Amino acid sequence: MALKDITLGQFFPGSSPIHRLDPRAKIVGLVAYIVALFLADWFVTYAVLLAVLAIVVKVSTVKVKALLKGLKPVIFLLVFTAVLNIFYTPGTPIFSLWIFTVTYEGVLHAFFMVVRIMMLISCTFLLTYTTSPLALTDGLESLLSPLKKLHAPVHELSMIMSIALRFIPTLIEETDKIMSAQRARGADFDTGNLLQRAKALIPLLVPLFISAFRRADELATAMECRCYHGGEGRTRMNRLRFRPGDVMFIVGAVLLAAVIGVMGHFGL
Amino acid sequence: MNDIIRTENLTFRYTTEEGAAPTVLDGLDLSIEAGSFVAVLGHNGSGKSTLAKHFNAILLPSGGKVYVDGMDTVDESRLLDIRRQIGMVFQNPDNQIVASVVEEDVAFAPENLGVPSEEIRTLVDDALKTVGMDQFARHAPHLLSGGQKQRVAIAGVLAMRPRCIVLDEPTAMLDPVGRAEVLSTVKKLNRERGVTVVLITHHMDEAAQADRLIVMHDGKIVRDGSPKEVFRDVEGLRALGLEVPQPVALMYELRRSGVDAPLDTLDADECAAALSKLLS
Amino acid sequence: MDPIIETRQLTHVYSEGTPFRHVALEGVDFSAMPGEYIAVIGRTGSGKSTLIQHLNGLLKPTSGEVLFDGGDIWSSKERTHQVRFQVGLVFQYPEYQLFEETVYQDISFGPKNMGLDKEEIDRRVRQAARFVGLDDGVLDKSPFDLSGGQKRRVAIAGVIAMEPQVLILDEPTAGLDPSGAAQILENIRAYHQEKNACVILVSHSMEEVAREAERLVVIDHGHIPFSGPPADVFAHGPELEKMGLGVPAMTRVFARLRAMGVDVPASVYTVEQARDAVLSALAKRGGER
Repeated sequence: MALKDITLGQFFPGSSPIHRLDPRAKIVGLVAYIVALFLADWFVTYAVLLAVLAIVVKVSTVKVKALLKGLKPVIFLLVFTAVLNIFYTPGTPIFSLWIFTVTYEGVLHAFFMVVRIMMLISCTFLLTYTTSPLALTDGLESLLSPLKKLHAPVHELSMIMSIALRFIPTLIEETDKIMSAQRARGADFDTGNLLQRAKALIPLLVPLFISAFRRADELATAMECRCYHGGEGRTRMNRLRFRPGDVMFIVGAVLLAAVIGVMGHFGL
Repeated sequence: MNDIIRTENLTFRYTTEEGAAPTVLDGLDLSIEAGSFVAVLGHNGSGKSTLAKHFNAILLPSGGKVYVDGMDTVDESRLLDIRRQIGMVFQNPDNQIVASVVEEDVAFAPENLGVPSEEIRTLVDDALKTVGMDQFARHAPHLLSGGQKQRVAIAGVLAMRPRCIVLDEPTAMLDPVGRAEVLSTVKKLNRERGVTVVLITHHMDEAAQADRLIVMHDGKIVRDGSPKEVFRDVEGLRALGLEVPQPVALMYELRRSGVDAPLDTLDADECAAALSKLLS
Repeated sequence: MDPIIETRQLTHVYSEGTPFRHVALEGVDFSAMPGEYIAVIGRTGSGKSTLIQHLNGLLKPTSGEVLFDGGDIWSSKERTHQVRFQVGLVFQYPEYQLFEETVYQDISFGPKNMGLDKEEIDRRVRQAARFVGLDDGVLDKSPFDLSGGQKRRVAIAGVIAMEPQVLILDEPTAGLDPSGAAQILENIRAYHQEKNACVILVSHSMEEVAREAERLVVIDHGHIPFSGPPADVFAHGPELEKMGLGVPAMTRVFARLRAMGVDVPASVYTVEQARDAVLSALAKRGGER
């Protein structure tokens, strides 16, 4: 079951204003927001950013639960960061235990770090939840298109990304199925030491790779049958077009980053 | 001349490092009339899928010729014209859906062909409506049933407005409801839109619904006729590793028991009618 | 006789506590006798895959019990592990799970996991290969060099080599041509008869289940509405149609005949039965003349 809980790259179709934004606006907005996150320094700035995130989530109609689910795989990272910060930040000690000293600054630092990572991941997931992978890659392709002049394979890269995203749910389902099938023959993926566990993965990984290659081969043929011949001369059904709303969104995001930067500078 | 696909002495063998491999297609002469519904039967490895891949220049002949609407498939300058004429649908719907939203997937082919945006919209809406999937336009394909996915795949090739659709075992992975969905969609395209259909299948009851039935064996065409004609030869088909629809099998058994039963009863209705005549 | 495998009030709920909550099975009582040949029929999503994955402990019931040979299969971790060897499950398209370098090694994966000694593993691998009609020459080949039908038989042999008392197969003939399908059904019948094993066949082909199974179990929306000999189950034609299932072609033909007022039996579902019914009707008519 655990595998099905991975929500990476999943898209929840909808028609909220956030869904309808131009993907480029959303990507620029995300970048601006992440910059703002790193400029934030104290309770006030974090509160402002959290409020902004909350409003965007509310408007997007994405369930908070779905966002929190996305955080599950990084719980380890969060705990690790928190522990590191608590013990290794010098400052006013609160209490000591053997060689470890917990400081007031450490607790604060750990708290901000954890909040920052959580918000960073949430806003990234918000982008993938509300933007179809194709729109997302279109947006990236369009934003990166100046690089085409330098002969960078921008179209190919975006195509690869969108297909990878499309096949994530399929491959997760497949992994689940192969695991069950090998378990039915007595395979044990959950016990033993590290080496035994790594060895136990062979019956899972070999079929998975073979299947991925087969799928890739069939997909390539199917794409050729549908007249795919690279990015040249290709048109799009949904052409990207900035509307006033998109411009406003970008301006707002950049302003937010600027304001947070100034506030952070004054220690808020 | 009204043939959408024509092969002349078509031969194909895979070339390997060690030299020539066994012949997969062996001197095939075949014409497929525009607007017809042709089923292709044959056991695994008989060359059916290889033949299908020659119809839109995915594979090129080792010998002989394939013409699509008069165009030679080795003519690279006509490649896209050939591929847009002949739409292909494969067995596994998961491996032919490119996009994560149904309508974006259906738009894939016209986008590749450089169709202007507004026209793509029309093509996509029309294709989805034709296969009865218009209410799923904004859905994620991986959450659909097998039959629905396969209908999306059909819409994906319909958006090229092809004159012919070639389906390679499109129902093999579906349950009976999914199979019925796909088959009725295909029949509708043939009857109402005049699209030529080439259906490769293992299901005898699907093959029975075509206008013309071709049986392949070892890279050759060994039977070619109406389903009624082809299925009469029960023993011959069984020797080729194939079966006949059960209503025909019943009549065959009756004949072996000395009853003068007709062998052209392809479906339950025809069979029941013939039996009631026999028994009255 | 006591059932070899049994579920009592089995309920399974997916994604409990989320908006995707889905009740796949609800209060299902299913049982299979030793040596019985059962077919399970139902639409995709009816709950049949969920049911069979409970029978060898791949899924844990949300509530209710699964009993093997009278004992709860979840009573201990070891018991669950052991039951997996006694209740062999062949998944759909099992050829996609092959992974070893040779056919021999792949078939021996299950027996090895059982902790058997070398001689016993060898005996089982060779016997399993024979059951599915693979000759000894194939055993040293890479499974990936075989044809589609052969690969599938290797995968089935991999489960048979565990010599399970219950053999469950999920659509073992899907995607095969008629002769390939017939061969696999024959292999399964051979195992059933020689080992007196209980076979549970999941299939979409009504003709197939009518011909192979002694008893049919229909699953619809997580319940078992009908269960019994084919003749009894196929008497529910209209209900089966509504569940997206239908009846064998011969049953349909005979229903039409009866509707036309011809006096033929209703419980016909294979070609052989149909032939005999027609012949006896002809004989009766000849006698009357």
